[in-house]
Amino acid sequence: MAGSNENKWQGGILGWVDARFPLSSLWNDHLAKYYAPKNFNFWYFFGSLALLVLVIQIVSGIFLTMNYKPDADKAFAAVEYIMRDVDWGWLIRYIHSTGASAFFIVVYLHMFRGLIYGSHRKPRELIWIFGMLIYLCLMAEAFFGYLLPWGQMSYWGAQVIVNLFSAIPIIGDDLSLWIRGDYVIADATLNRFFAFHVIAVPLVLVGLVAAHILALHEVGSNNPDGVEIKKNKDENGIPVDGIPFHPYYTVKDIVGVVVFLMIFAYVVFFNPEMGGYFLEHPNFVPANPLQTPEHIAPVWYFTPFYAILRAVPSMAGSAFPGVAAMGLAVVILFFLPWLDRSPVKSIRYKGPIFKTALALFVVCFVMLGWLGTQPAEGLLTTFARIGTVYYFAFFLLMLIYTKMEKTKPVPERVTH
Amino acid sequence: MKKTILAFVFALLPALSVASGAGVHLDKADIDLSNQQSMQRGARLFMNYCLSCHSAQYQRYNRMARDIGLTDTQVIDNLMFASDKVGETMTVAMRPEDAEKWFGATPPDLTLAARSRGVDWLYTYLRTFYADDSRPTGANNLVFDKVGMPNILWQLQGIQKPVYAETEDGHKHIERLELVKEGSMTPAEFDQSVRDLVNFMAYIAEPVKLERQRIGWWVLGFLVILFVFAYLLKKEYWKDVH
Repeated sequence: MAGSNENKWQGGILGWVDARFPLSSLWNDHLAKYYAPKNFNFWYFFGSLALLVLVIQIVSGIFLTMNYKPDADKAFAAVEYIMRDVDWGWLIRYIHSTGASAFFIVVYLHMFRGLIYGSHRKPRELIWIFGMLIYLCLMAEAFFGYLLPWGQMSYWGAQVIVNLFSAIPIIGDDLSLWIRGDYVIADATLNRFFAFHVIAVPLVLVGLVAAHILALHEVGSNNPDGVEIKKNKDENGIPVDGIPFHPYYTVKDIVGVVVFLMIFAYVVFFNPEMGGYFLEHPNFVPANPLQTPEHIAPVWYFTPFYAILRAVPSMAGSAFPGVAAMGLAVVILFFLPWLDRSPVKSIRYKGPIFKTALALFVVCFVMLGWLGTQPAEGLLTTFARIGTVYYFAFFLLMLIYTKMEKTKPVPERVTH
Repeated sequence: MKKTILAFVFALLPALSVASGAGVHLDKADIDLSNQQSMQRGARLFMNYCLSCHSAQYQRYNRMARDIGLTDTQVIDNLMFASDKVGETMTVAMRPEDAEKWFGATPPDLTLAARSRGVDWLYTYLRTFYADDSRPTGANNLVFDKVGMPNILWQLQGIQKPVYAETEDGHKHIERLELVKEGSMTPAEFDQSVRDLVNFMAYIAEPVKLERQRIGWWVLGFLVILFVFAYLLKKEYWKDVH
């Protein structure tokens, strides 16, 4: 009986669905018959982890929204209500606050992977650009979300960032007023930031993630050798150095996920403030428009750019040059695929100049990040200026040093 | 390769290190959230001395009773002066406008003080009031200069006067505080009482802390077991690749 039904429906329920929706072909194109290079290493965990954190943030965010009140008079108390009176509210809140920092850690490592193995190079420029747009969205998402607890740092951090827009010549003042919806950060600002944080930006973010993955699966994954595995296929048209993403990388990524969750759980359950870096101490004081905190510092993931902002001296009484430098520091990353002109993709076959430049860049980025948390004074400003100059030099001079440097021969097949 | 991994370990360091704070040396509070006796003594001090001016408006009395090992009746009979329902939060009867007139500023809510200031700051602050005639309250503080709050615990601690020292460039600064009038407690007893009080304040700042750590061990334990199976599964599949 069941057998005859199956025949009738050309393969049971799955056949029925496949005749109406490309379920099997989606599964095959993106998982079971998506061939990924077999030589992925440690650095290749962070893509799937970023996806995991995105899901964690969306799910925990939905539950937070059920109890949060985007009202300047109630927001701070609403967060404490979640922390104390909502069943498991504290867990959901810590998952969401830890997830925000985890998102940036994972994404920075994911971007660094691209940088060292040349994953942004032809034919993967669009993957990189979609990725950069995701990063921009993430920054917007983090910025809007940080206002919602309505603590002192939420309030004054938002005040500082929105004021940056007023440094733009001519339209600046009107622009910042338009963003805030009031002359200072106020209830109107909180309401619109809430709308952006819970629906507008996440919608765009999810769409961009889909585009990022579609573009990746169109051209195929790069690998630590920077070899194109599609150039070497067997008689069935399957890359010789490729293995199906599912089950090989799904089971491998599960191991990565479990290790990640251990670190994540450690922070959530034992150290949710992370020494004031994940949850800043002044943010346990409700927002007070009349009292500026002694020291305003953004959360750690923005501090490299904040350091660049403060490093550039104002010119003709305008802080615009600093704002422009900060903007350019992000924009320049979009051009990475065209700045790197080396004949090889992977750092494994590049010369000592690139390796040194990159190592210095890492040092410089970390230093700027630390400087962004400190008061801008004296020697620290000098270091921030050196860091800023090097930040831009690393990218702009890449046009030259990647072109002139002698590279090692790239093997035909991936090394494994 | 190793170099790049190492470089990124360093990239994460700022997130792990403790934020450095400038200023006065802070004494270690050395509190113990699991010490319910200390917590109960702290609660008594908090209700008697702090709650007349400061609120703890996010903390409920009955939640406190449950967490520090008291019954609702014990709390109602001994610790509730400002409210009459055990399910209420610790609000204060003083009107904000009166407070502003008397102290120059509304005394801040104390629910989260231990999280915004830190327990060491509170422990040091509460013990370093000193007599200063130039202040309207007659008291100043080592870690909070020109503080608006009077030295509310002076009957317990006694009165301290600053002992000044001069640096080489002729700059005068307070070297230490000296007890000039004894209080009802010895200095050691007083330190312990302040420790109890700070312990209680750390509790109200995050009532769930002990529970979250307890649950955390179970979660980590589960993940360790899950890791073993995930790793074996991966190894089994990847046999054909190697």
